[in-house]
Amino acid sequence: MALKTETMVLNMGPQHPSTHGVLRLELEIEGEVIKKVTPHLGYLHRCFEKHAEAMQYNQVVPYTDRLDYLAAMGNNFGYVLATEKLLGIQVPERVEYIRVIMAELQRIASHMVAIGTNGVDIGAFTPFLYLFRDREYVLTIFEETCGARMLYNYMWIGGLSHDIHPDFVRKTKEFVKYFKNTIVEVDNLLSYNKIFIERTANVGVLPADTAINFGASGPVLRGSGVKFDLRRDDPYSIYDRFSFDIPVGLGLQGTVGDSWDRYYVRMREMEQSIRIIEQAIDQIPEGDVQSAIPKRIKPPKGTSYARVENPRGDLGFFIISDGNTNPFRVKVRAPSFVNLEVFGELCKGHLVADVIAILGSIDIVLGEVDR
Amino acid sequence: MKNSVEIFELLKEKFGDSVISLEKDAPTEPIIICAPLEIHKISTFLRDNEELKFDSLMCLSGVDDANGSKTKDADGLETISGGTLSVYYHLHSVELNHKITIKVTTDRENPQVESVENIWKCADWHEREAFDMFGFNFLNHPDLRRILMPYDWEAGYPLRKDYKNPEFYQGMKVPY
Repeated sequence: MALKTETMVLNMGPQHPSTHGVLRLELEIEGEVIKKVTPHLGYLHRCFEKHAEAMQYNQVVPYTDRLDYLAAMGNNFGYVLATEKLLGIQVPERVEYIRVIMAELQRIASHMVAIGTNGVDIGAFTPFLYLFRDREYVLTIFEETCGARMLYNYMWIGGLSHDIHPDFVRKTKEFVKYFKNTIVEVDNLLSYNKIFIERTANVGVLPADTAINFGASGPVLRGSGVKFDLRRDDPYSIYDRFSFDIPVGLGLQGTVGDSWDRYYVRMREMEQSIRIIEQAIDQIPEGDVQSAIPKRIKPPKGTSYARVENPRGDLGFFIISDGNTNPFRVKVRAPSFVNLEVFGELCKGHLVADVIAILGSIDIVLGEVDR
Repeated sequence: MKNSVEIFELLKEKFGDSVISLEKDAPTEPIIICAPLEIHKISTFLRDNEELKFDSLMCLSGVDDANGSKTKDADGLETISGGTLSVYYHLHSVELNHKITIKVTTDRENPQVESVENIWKCADWHEREAFDMFGFNFLNHPDLRRILMPYDWEAGYPLRKDYKNPEFYQGMKVPY
């Protein structure tokens, strides 16, 4: 005789340590098995796009910091690129080099948080502490340069808020040299740890065609084996001058596109960021970082769309100008927002405990999802 | 790899009057303007055609063109009647590495656009957001409800240019 069964609805969040912010997941479960996941967003919605319409172009930059607050340099970068495109500004070489170095340092810092918290969610506390210790290094470099540790307002339209300080090159080189050891250490502690592999390999497998159709980007897309990186495939700034590899998921511990692959892509990406920094750091030309900053920002009528490869993926800014000093419309294409959409698909058929491992491997920042 | 003029001519030949015009004045990137109720057919063609292969939708943005007649009330708050709303589709072909922007313009009072959710799945949440912020009615969208604002928000669509803050939301005072 067949027993009558029914599904149960379980709310995870909005206050839950593993949702990395205020995200509510409505899980429909049958026993321990996930049938359906419905994310409910908007708890951090603070009307960035509406605010931007009431600001002058340069005043929007600090607001972009608060989108993806773990990678504020990248957000600044995307916004100023879109505006410079609209204004037709060519920034000095020195600015380009410093921007690229800052963006790559930020990528390392952001991936450190992603990897650390992914481990913590699953129960590996030590690597998290090691990574946060080393993240301080990067944040100190940023602090000495522009006075802020997380929300920098560093890249301005046409230039930078401050030149790099005299010790910057030495400290960055020191960090890069030192950090290579940390990567090896974390690899030994976490990447090849039996428990970690058991929890993440073959969990939340995302096939490549699904990833492209869902618009996934960044490590989520590359974890599925798609070799697509805006820094190489749609180069912006001066990324075409550097040689670096694009790590993709290979399914070394399980299936291509599983949570472990997404994690592993981040590990390898940090190495590539180091390569870019090493190439760029000795080539910074002399110059004035504020020479191209316009006195009055009033772009002609028109639209511009610029996108950058942020640590979490393809960050796009769409700006419409009506010829005024304020933007007519600013739209943010946030990578976390789009990557979170695929999350429901990944969880189907897995256990409740896997939801946390999968969410950690997607690495969302709610400040960016809700804007 | 095709440029915007070639893409426009290809579309014009296939769809005739549904593809309205091509705007390409700097600094704007080239924009192809299409009819809002034909966008599903056009998008399917853009994705499946061998020479175009637009497999990824980078961004979908709603815009309030604010070109209707404006009246101001006693507090200086504007109300716009008539005019249009627009949706911009930024497309990219990963394989052929070309890009294009499609724009559809629809009536502000009754904004109807065909959904492209079943062509590019990522349009699902983007369209929900455009509905939430501007009130577009995306025809054939499977799950068109608010996404960033509360589900029971009744005070209209926040990113419209004439949006006014409500005084109360569910009995709570809004302007704090």
